[in-house]
Parts: sequence; C-alpha cells; structure tokens
Amino acid sequence: MAGRAGRTSRGGSRAGDFAAYAVLLVFCAIAVYPVLQVFGIALRPADRLYSTSLAIIPPDATLHSFRVILFEKPFLLWLRNSVLLAAAVTLVSIALAATAGYAFSRYRFRGRETGLQAFLMTQMFPATMLLLPLYVLFKRVHLLDSMLGLGVAYVATAMPFCVWTMKGYYETLPKDLEEAALIDGMGPWGAFVRVVLPLAAPALAITALFSFMASWSEFMVARVILTRPQLFTLPLGLESLAGTFQTEWANYAAGSLLVCLPVVVLFISLNRFLISGLTLGGVKG
Amino acid sequence: MLSVVFYPLLYNFLLAFRNMSLYHFQVTEFVGLRHFRAIFADPSFYSVFAKTLVWTVVNVFFHVTLGVMLGILINRPLPGRAVMRALLILPWAVPQYISALTWKGMFNYEYGAINLMLTRLLHLAPVPWLSDAFWAFVAPILTNVWLGFPFMMIVTLGGLQSIPQEMYEAADIDGATAFQKLTRITLPMLAPILAPAIVLGVVWTFNNLNIVWLVTEGGRPADQSHILNTYIYKSAFAYNRYSYAAAFSVIVFLILLGFLLLTARTQKRQAGA
Repeated sequence: MAGRAGRTSRGGSRAGDFAAYAVLLVFCAIAVYPVLQVFGIALRPADRLYSTSLAIIPPDATLHSFRVILFEKPFLLWLRNSVLLAAAVTLVSIALAATAGYAFSRYRFRGRETGLQAFLMTQMFPATMLLLPLYVLFKRVHLLDSMLGLGVAYVATAMPFCVWTMKGYYETLPKDLEEAALIDGMGPWGAFVRVVLPLAAPALAITALFSFMASWSEFMVARVILTRPQLFTLPLGLESLAGTFQTEWANYAAGSLLVCLPVVVLFISLNRFLISGLTLGGVKG
Repeated sequence: MLSVVFYPLLYNFLLAFRNMSLYHFQVTEFVGLRHFRAIFADPSFYSVFAKTLVWTVVNVFFHVTLGVMLGILINRPLPGRAVMRALLILPWAVPQYISALTWKGMFNYEYGAINLMLTRLLHLAPVPWLSDAFWAFVAPILTNVWLGFPFMMIVTLGGLQSIPQEMYEAADIDGATAFQKLTRITLPMLAPILAPAIVLGVVWTFNNLNIVWLVTEGGRPADQSHILNTYIYKSAFAYNRYSYAAAFSVIVFLILLGFLLLTARTQKRQAGA
C-alpha cells in the first residue's frame, strides 16, 4: 500500500481524470464485447449458433451447457492437466529467466551478445515448420505423449521473451543498491535474492503471466505431442468438443469461458506485484 | 533444452534442399536450390510478402500505441481501476483459437454482430467482411489488434513501476507540462523494457498463423488473404509440399534475421551516442 500513498502526488486534474475514465471505459467495452458474445452462445439452448438478435442474453437462456461441460465431459481432467503443466512451466521459466536475465544484465562475459541474439533468433522461425522436426526429435528421445516433453517445449519457447524482459527491467534498477548490499556484508547471491528480486517484482509478474498463458492456451504443439486422451490439456479437450459431425457450440462456448477464468484470477492476484511501486524511495541518498 | 529449438531449425534447413512431399515421403533426394528458385519466380510471393509487411506494421503500431496509452491511463490513481484492469486483460486471457472463432462469427455477413450493429444502429450498408479480398484482410487485423493491446499494456504497466517518483516531483518543481513529462521522462524510461517486447511483437506478428488462418478459413476468398506464414502452412499441410514449405520458411527466417541485425545495430548506435 506504500505505492498508493506515494502515487497520489502524481494525480492529475479533474478534467484529466474524466478523460482517462472515458477512454478506459470505451476500451473496456471493446475488450469485453466479444467475450459477452461467447457468453451469449453458452446460454443458448441446443446448438443455435446463429441469431439475428443483438441481445446478449437470449430470452430462453439456460445454464445447461455449463452443467454438461463440468459434469458430463472430462473437463476437470483437462483442467487438472493444464493447471499442473502451466504451473510447472511458469515456475521453471521464472527461475531460469530471473537468473539468466540477471547474468545478461550485470555481467560481461564471452558470448553474451551472441547468447542474447540467439534467444531472439529462436523466435524467427515460422512455427509451422518446427512442428515436423520437433515430432521427429521427441520420438527419438521418447518424449512423445508425455507431459514432460510438452513442458520442455513450452519452457523453451517462452524463455526468450522472459529473459529479455527480465534483463530489460534489471537495466532500469540502479547498481548502487547491490553495491550497498555487498558493503553491508551480503554475498552476491544474497544481494540478488534479498535486494534485486523484490525490486523486480513487476517484471517477475509479467514473466509469470506470459509463460502461464503460453502453456495455458497453446494448441498446435500439444496437438502434435499428445495423443492419449488422459493427457489432454484444455485446448485439446475443447477442440475435441468441436466434433467431427456437429460442433456442440454451446458446450464449447461454456468451456471457453471456464478456460479464461483461471487467467483472470491469476492476473488479479499478480496485480499487487505489478503496481507495487516498490522502487519508491529505493534510490534515495 | 535449446536443442528443442535448434534441432528442428537444422532439420528444416536440410529439408529445404530436398524434395520431400506426399509423393516422396520416405525416399528423398537432394535438389539443390530448386525450391528457392521456384519461390522467387512466383509473383504471388511478392504480393504475399507486401501484405505481410502491411499486416505487421499496422498491427504492431496499434498494439504499441494503444497499449502504452492505456497502460499510462490505468496507472493513474482512479477508483475502480483494478476492475477495469481485469476487464482490459480479457482479450489476452481468452485463448486465441476461441477469439478467432468468435470474431469470425461476428464478421458473418448476415448474422454477425458487427454487420448487425452497422445496419441497425448506424443504418449503414453491411460490409462483406469475409468474401471481399480487401475486407478479408481488414477483418483479421481488427481481430489481432484486439488480441494484442493488453499484452503491451501490461508490459507498459510493469515498466512504469521502475520510474522513480522523484523524477516527476523534480519536473513539477521545474514547471514541466504534462506533455513534457510524457516525452522527456515516461517514454524514455519505458524504452528499455518496451524495446524487447516490440522487437518480439514484430516477429510474432510477422509469423502469425492462428488468427489469419482461422478468421479467413485458410486464406479465403481464393487464397487472397494470406500472409507468409499461412501460405507456408497451406503448402505444407494442405498440399503436402514439405520441402517447398521448408525452403519458404528459410526465406522468412532470413528476412527476420535481417530485421533483427538491423535493430541490434540501431540499438548499439543509440547506446554509443
């Protein structure tokens, strides 16, 4: 809450606040509208996808599809798989990116530039063409149809952004803080964990959100690697609802909304770190 | 762990010089630069390339300007901003394939919400979103702008936290205007954290597959709404021309590598100046 007290000093004029509200409300509406559409489809009885009405809630709304998706489909199994996978990927990504980003930002070593550029290079290849070789590679090392394999692939693809973000954020933190900690008798590791990491909370929150999202909603790689239905993640499960004969639109829409919920919850709980304002006063003197 | 990324890269390079396709799946032979010559001789390569450039520039421009603007606005101490932040993040929270299908539904000529609003609320003519080549290019752009701004907003929000409050207080004492504070303090201080997000944003947008593919149903009408990556995907998985697609993706890779080297040099020059 220290942040909020410090921030009031920056509060703009009344008119400025009003304009900010207007713009933000317009964008909230734009952001929410398509999601409301999905909600409307989920509430429709049977699988009536098309409607010429602009009303979000249909007159004959029913929560039937939510019941179906939760209790008649293996949704909870997919949810469990996705949660475990995303949690593991997020933890590993944060640990690796926090330390690697720090090394890239504070130390000068051979291959530093090359390493940083190599991270970016991995993003340049059209993902479609990585799928076939990835399949061949995973087959060779027996990682097909395994959560570990999928997790490794997700961490590897999320790392470049995470490392670059952490590095960029560390660059904005003044070096004096660590130097002061070293003088106070902390080792380099202690200075990193006790001084630098807490200050880097906003960047850690971004990294966490990004790597969580990367594994939570990824579809193409999962499709190639997983074949056993017991291992399906949420995107694969939802896709299986878009069946071969007839798509169960209402169920699909209800499932989609349930998939978004954990992300919103995660975001709200990370909010605190994103707006922590921990650097306030940190550089005084 | 890097082998997960680098091995496929290498494999793909080798594939580009062979003739793997539906007819030559097991036994492939070396064909040299044949696929590369075929791609550069094809006039549609140049039009798809130009479209990809427009697609990338327009998308990233809106992602960054909207993202930075909303990030700065939502950082103000307004009551209810926590709720607005949660709402504004929604486009990012919805998995991409769901958003793509939702927007495709909203672009439907007869039943889509967008045309219904245009005709009923504004009394305008309905727009042939998915059947006209021009609008079928605009539709995925609108979808992708919607999808992408929350990400840049969050990055901006994170970056704003690293700006010491004292700088604004000092600027207030010096009598700086709001605009001066924005251009002299906020934007320069945001640069180190926004720069990697923008560079990667360009690369991701350039290589986008899901949105263009799903919204236009694989390049409808008549393959006129492709960008490079969907074009490659169609070659590989609809026409099974694996090596041709591999060669194509090598070209895309080289284009992006050029872009990366260019930005790296600009950054170095700025750092040196």
